[in-house]
Amino acid sequence: MSRARLSAAVVPVFASLGFVFLLVPVAYTVLFSFNDAGKTNLSWQGFTLDAWRNPCGAPRVCEALVGSLQVGLVSTLVATTLGTLLAIALVRARFRGRGPVNLLVFLPMATPEVVLGAALVSQFLSLRLPLGFWTVVVAHVLFCLSFVVVAVKARVATLDPALEQAAADLYATPWQAFWRVTFPLLLPGIGAAALLAFSLSFDDFIVTNFTSGGFATFPKFVYVSATRGIPPQANVISSAMFVLALLVVAVVAMVSRARRRG
Amino acid sequence: MSVVAALVRPATPTGPAGTDRAGAPARPGRGYRGLLVPGLLYLVAFFVLPVGTLLAMSLYAPVPGGELGDFTPALRWQNYPDALAQFWPQLARSFGFAAVATLTCLAIGYPMAYVIAVRARGRPGLQGLLVVLVVAPFFTSFILRTIAWKQILADDAAVVTALRWLHVLAPDGRLSAAPAAVVIGLTYSFLPFMVLPLYAALERLDPRMLEAGADLYATPLTTFRTVTLPLSMPGVVAGTLLTFIPATGDYVNSSLLGNNTTTVMVGQVVDARFFRVLDYPTAAVLSVVLMVSILVLVTGYVRRAGTEELL
Repeated sequence: MSRARLSAAVVPVFASLGFVFLLVPVAYTVLFSFNDAGKTNLSWQGFTLDAWRNPCGAPRVCEALVGSLQVGLVSTLVATTLGTLLAIALVRARFRGRGPVNLLVFLPMATPEVVLGAALVSQFLSLRLPLGFWTVVVAHVLFCLSFVVVAVKARVATLDPALEQAAADLYATPWQAFWRVTFPLLLPGIGAAALLAFSLSFDDFIVTNFTSGGFATFPKFVYVSATRGIPPQANVISSAMFVLALLVVAVVAMVSRARRRG
Repeated sequence: MSVVAALVRPATPTGPAGTDRAGAPARPGRGYRGLLVPGLLYLVAFFVLPVGTLLAMSLYAPVPGGELGDFTPALRWQNYPDALAQFWPQLARSFGFAAVATLTCLAIGYPMAYVIAVRARGRPGLQGLLVVLVVAPFFTSFILRTIAWKQILADDAAVVTALRWLHVLAPDGRLSAAPAAVVIGLTYSFLPFMVLPLYAALERLDPRMLEAGADLYATPLTTFRTVTLPLSMPGVVAGTLLTFIPATGDYVNSSLLGNNTTTVMVGQVVDARFFRVLDYPTAAVLSVVLMVSILVLVTGYVRRAGTEELL
């Protein structure tokens, strides 16, 4: 009995260590937003709210944040639209070459970011395209697209095609059937995919570093500052995003629970 | 169930082929075909063509008497042996570090996924919370979390002090700016990508299977070895791929946590060749070699593991 109990306890103990490993660095990034840092924010100097009072106090940190938000919103919009259409077609359409198309959707996910970045930058160099906002958006849409397709496909697969047939039987045009029946049912999946796309885009560094030229994004700002010392304002912005994301998750969880209860 | 959990929840199977053959609409799915066009055009324009350009660029030759970064389209196959002779250590190191990080992720991530999927079964609130904890790191800056490891593993911080006191490290032993720090960073960066597919696979596990094992006098360990692990294999394959592939190309960890000699990974070389040395063909060669080796490794691995089911 005691041996069984011991073995039953071993796995959760190991798992808890895993969770600690996962969350300690997150705690560090939040903690160091309250650091009374001088030049470098690497060791603890004392508690202060200065950075929180003045989140744009470090040069160019907010410019980089705005850059990331712009790229994130545009990329999410484009990737979610293209990915949703692709997901519906891949589940519903009858066509030859489904295998190759699925592979083509899957490949960008299975390609290391360095290779994606290198391929895109070689293309942009050959076309003599200047690197900037739009080249970053092109790159972000590319790597978000596959994730959106995977997420939405799972949702489309659970839909009963009979629902759309019923709409058609009731004289709905295909357009009406999509917007009144299919889209509302897919919305949770599409929303989740969009959130995923935005968080991938917002935090991306490697592909961005290859395709951005002089355009600043938040991760790029942090990486470049790392050699000189990262201002605590960067930790403030990151912590604020963290709290915001947790709030979004909590609200979604509460809404879906309320819906289930009717 | 949270948004995030909705993403990793396994889709309900829709028939043997996973397609809609069973309940196809009266009008066959011809009308849907047009929806493929925009996405496919995008993938061709910004994935297929750039990869083609990268392949072409890997064979470019320098312009005789040209400026730095002047190259002309050619078929200079010599670029491959040249680049490999110079940078094979960084390539080999990338695969080595990624392999160690992947195995460590598996060792840490499996118990986590098991607890979420099996031990917390039937308690959706707890399950949701634990899944949120797994993805919580994604909500803060990746680079700041990597810098946090620099702080945690610093010479005067608690971890190194404790290890020196335990004589695991020599009195002047360090973790920072060493291969260990880079591998710890890589493990940390990709752990959630291991846990989520494992959780999805273990979620599908029928608890009666585990009970049956116990009824047949199997010890917990035997049940794990003969029932749980084989049934969760698709999750193991997906998790190891989602960890290994990005880890090979990552250079955030190696450049922030490593040094300039014994920890340089191939991504750092590609970045430097493109933007600092302006040696595009070498950068392209290394990217192509990285991509092709990964495709070969992954295909072989998926075949051997006997699961064609990804994600």
